[in-house]
Amino acid sequence: MNAIQVPELLSADGMAGIIFLIMIAVTLAGGFIAATAERLIRALAGIVICFTGVAGFYYFLNSPFMAMMQILIYVGAICITISFAIMLAAPEEKRKVGPTNMLSGPIGFMVAALIFGAMAALALRTQWPVFAKTAGGSVREIGIHLLTTYSMVFELISIVLLIAIIGAIVIARGGRT
Amino acid sequence: MALLTIHNYLTTYLVFGAMLFSLGIYGLVTRRTLIGMLIAAELMLAGVSINFMAFNRFLAPDPSIGQIFTLFIMAIAAAEAAIGLSIVVAVYRHYKTVDAEDLVNLKG
Repeated sequence: MNAIQVPELLSADGMAGIIFLIMIAVTLAGGFIAATAERLIRALAGIVICFTGVAGFYYFLNSPFMAMMQILIYVGAICITISFAIMLAAPEEKRKVGPTNMLSGPIGFMVAALIFGAMAALALRTQWPVFAKTAGGSVREIGIHLLTTYSMVFELISIVLLIAIIGAIVIARGGRT
Repeated sequence: MALLTIHNYLTTYLVFGAMLFSLGIYGLVTRRTLIGMLIAAELMLAGVSINFMAFNRFLAPDPSIGQIFTLFIMAIAAAEAAIGLSIVVAVYRHYKTVDAEDLVNLKG
């Protein structure tokens, strides 16, 4: 990879670097809260922070469109649905605390650390081949791809979503008259 | 001050995605409620999406393919959340609990 000039701290590039570092910290903190918080509603708040940070990453990866979709779909739809499920089906007074098993905490941590170490080593050691860009990746090109090359997948995903909506209504409605 | 330029390298995003993915695995293993497990699964999907977007930005010849992939992951995640949460609500109505330890009717 070619060397990139180190920017001044107070230039535009330097500020972008600082914002990126803050974003990493905030996103990781959100993910940590989401994975470990004792109360579910706190875990939900953590995952909202984490998803917003991931949207920021998409900005840095040259894709404001995906950043907007991330906020719209994950934060705006999925997290709100989870909050409704917590309100409907997670009574705080009957909550049991602590892990289900003495060993599940340490073993889970070990497994997660092993997987992280393996994937990080793989990412750092591999020589990734870089290809010359043939297109820009704008929203217009995404739309053209969705309606030509990937039109079949596009139709299938619509059907999957329709079936998921109908199935969710049928399952959650069962037992009511 | 080399830390200020890490957003220009592919490995930063790959390592960060791996971090989110393993946090999700940890949550999935240690959570005791079904909703908590679902939240952890969403965390894993976010890590995978970051990987796709990073490869899309740095390596792929056509940078719209990875964005389309991530869009489909989001749609699948939405379908998964809807189905999973409706199952959770149905289970809660039947057993009056969402604790994975108490749902042992099918245990041998």
